[in-house]
Amino acid sequence: MRFLLIEDNANLASAVAERLQLDGHAVDHAGTLDDAESCIAAADYDLILLDIMLPDGDGRTFLQSHRRAAKSTPIIVTTARSEVSDRVSLLDLGADDYITKPFDFSELEARCRAVLRRRGGVAANRLTVANAVLDSTAGELQIDGVGQTLRNRELRLLEVFFTSPGQVFSKSYLLDRLFSFSEDVGENAIEVYVGRIRKRLEPSDAVIETVRGLGYRLVAKQ
Amino acid sequence: MTFPPLTRSIRTRLFLQLAAISALLSVALFLVVRGLAETAAEATQDGILSASATSIADALRSEDGEITLDLPYSALSMLGTTNDDRVFYKVEVNGETLTGYDDLPAPTDAPTISRNTFATFDYRGDEVRMVSASRTVSAGGVPSNVLISVAQTRLGLAAISQRISAIATGVGLVFFLVATALSLLAARSALRPLKELTAAVTRRGPADLRPLAIQPPTELEPFVSALNTFIARLRASLLRSEDLIAEAAHRVRTPLATVRAKAEVTHRKLNKPEHRQTMREMIRAIDESSRSAGQLLDHAMVTFRTDSLATESIDMGELVRETVARLEPAADLKDATIRCTIPKQPPHFTGDRILLQSAIQNILDNAIKYSPDDSDIAVTLTAVDTLRLDVSDQGRGFGDTDTNTLKARFSRGANVDDIVGSGLGLTIADEVARAHGGTLAITRNEGAKGACVSLVFPLQ
Repeated sequence: MRFLLIEDNANLASAVAERLQLDGHAVDHAGTLDDAESCIAAADYDLILLDIMLPDGDGRTFLQSHRRAAKSTPIIVTTARSEVSDRVSLLDLGADDYITKPFDFSELEARCRAVLRRRGGVAANRLTVANAVLDSTAGELQIDGVGQTLRNRELRLLEVFFTSPGQVFSKSYLLDRLFSFSEDVGENAIEVYVGRIRKRLEPSDAVIETVRGLGYRLVAKQ
Repeated sequence: MTFPPLTRSIRTRLFLQLAAISALLSVALFLVVRGLAETAAEATQDGILSASATSIADALRSEDGEITLDLPYSALSMLGTTNDDRVFYKVEVNGETLTGYDDLPAPTDAPTISRNTFATFDYRGDEVRMVSASRTVSAGGVPSNVLISVAQTRLGLAAISQRISAIATGVGLVFFLVATALSLLAARSALRPLKELTAAVTRRGPADLRPLAIQPPTELEPFVSALNTFIARLRASLLRSEDLIAEAAHRVRTPLATVRAKAEVTHRKLNKPEHRQTMREMIRAIDESSRSAGQLLDHAMVTFRTDSLATESIDMGELVRETVARLEPAADLKDATIRCTIPKQPPHFTGDRILLQSAIQNILDNAIKYSPDDSDIAVTLTAVDTLRLDVSDQGRGFGDTDTNTLKARFSRGANVDDIVGSGLGLTIADEVARAHGGTLAITRNEGAKGACVSLVFPLQ
C-alpha cells in the first residue's frame, strides 16, 4: 500500500515510515499541511495517516477541507490525546478511524485493512502464486475462482508468504508477524496456523513447505 | 470575632434579639394596660364618692339655726356594689360630728369648697378610699363650716384590678407569642437570600464554573462578586490544567511513539533470541506507560464530565454497534469474534454519549485483552426491567480476586500480571454507570470459564 504520512515530528515520522516499509508499504512523508497538499496533488495514496497537531494548522482543518473536496482517500488520524470526546469529534469531521500514539503497527494495519474494506474495492491488493490469488483487502483466498473468507491471522500469515514466494521464513519471524508483543506464546503456536493455511491452500497448486531447521516457504507445486 | 456555638447562627441571634425586644414590649404593655385600667377604675370610684358626698352636701338643711341632715338614701345606694364593700361617712359641722362614724379620720389634706380631696388609708381592718368635701352652710345667719367625708372599702376595686391584671397578662402574653412568631419569620425571611445563595452554589457540580446569575440583596453583593471572581480564577486555572494535560500527553506520547516504532524496527532486525526478548520487554513497557497515560486522561475526563452530566437521547443499540465496530480490528488480531445481540428496538436512553461510549469501550477492551485466541466475546443488550449490557468473554476470568475490589482505582486482578493494564478500565466504567444511576456488575460465567461484565441501568 502507498501511505501519506502527515506528521510534524521528524523522528517519529522516520521511525513510522521505516516500520511500514518493513512490511512492504511505500510511505511519503509530509511535515506540514502545505507539503501534504502538494503530495496529494502529485500522487495517489491508498491511505493518509494524519497527525492532528501540526505546526501550520490543525489537522481538523485538513480533514474538513479534504472531505469538502470530496476526496475519497481514507484518512486515519493519529492523535496523542486520548480523550474520548476528541475521538468522537474527529470521526464527525470525516476521519475514517483514529489511532492513539504510540500505536501497535499490527493494530494500525488491521485498522487500515478495515477502513479499506469498508470503503469497498479501493486498491484491491491481489497477490498471486500459481492458481491461488490472495485478496488481502477483502480478506479472501481465491482458488480457481472459488473464494474462501480467511480469519485475520490466516490472512496475515498468507500475506507474508504471498509477498515473497519461495523465501524461507523462520518460526520466530512468523511469530512476530502474527502475535502482538503483549502475548507470550511459544514457537509451536505458529505450527497451528501453518496447519490451517495449508488446509486452505489444499485445493490449489501452491503449497507451504517445511524447510527443516529453518522454517517455512511458499512454493508452486512442480 | 467568634461566638459561642449557639449564637454562631445569625438566625438564632437575630431571633433572640427580636424575642428579647418583644418580651420587653410585652411587659411594658402589661404595665401600661394595668396602670390605665386601675387609674380608670379608681377615677370611677372617686367620681361616685364625690357624687355621694355632693348629694349629702345637697341634703344639708338649716332649721332653726341648726344644721340638720336627712341622709338621702341615694347617697349611699349609689355606692352599692356586689362586692360587699362597706361604706363609712361622717358629717362634721365646725369640727363637731353631726352624724356618721365618729372615728373616721379627718382628711390630712383639707378640702375647700371648690375642691374635694381624696385619701387612701386603712380603716377598721380594710383599705378604704375616702373623699372629703367642704361646704359652708348658713345656720341662723352664722356661716358654719361643714366637712363631709364618705369612705368606701376597695374590695370591688381590688377585684376589678385583679381581673384587669389577668387580662393585661393575657394581652401581654399573646403579644409576646405573636411577636416572637413574627420575629422567627422575620429572621427566616431576612436570611432567605443567604439560603438561596447557598443552594445556588451547592446545586451546581464542581465542573459548573459559570458565574452565579442570582440577583443578591445589596448587602450580599460584595460577597457574590467576590465569589464570582473566585470562580473565574478557578475556571481559568482548570482550563490551564486541562490544556496542560493535553499538552503533556502530546509531549509524552509522541516520543513514546517514536521509541516504539524504532523498537519494532530493531526487533525485526535482531537475530539473537535474548536481544529480541529484551526488545519485546521494552515494547511492552512502552505500551504499559502509554496505556496508563491514556486511561488517566480518560479517567480525568470521566470525572470531569460526570459532575456536569450531559443529557441527550441516545440510541443504545446504535452506540453499542458503533463501539463494537471500533474495536473489531483489535479483536480481529487475535481471531476473536465479537457477537452482538441487540434488540430490534432498543429503548432510548438519556445520558452522556461520550461517557457511555467510554464505559462500553473500556469493558470491551478488557474482554478483548483477556480473551484467548479464536474465542467469542458475546455482547448482549437487553431491555427487560432494566437496560442491561452484558459483555461476556471466554478468558481466564477473575481467578480468586474479589470482584468488588476491581472497581477501585489501579486495582487489578490477581491473575493478570502478564497482561498490560492500568487498573483504571473498570473504575471508569463503574463511575460512568453510577453517574447514570446504574451499576457495574462483575460476575463469573456460570459453568463456563471467563468473565461477564455488565452495565445495568434503570429503564427511563
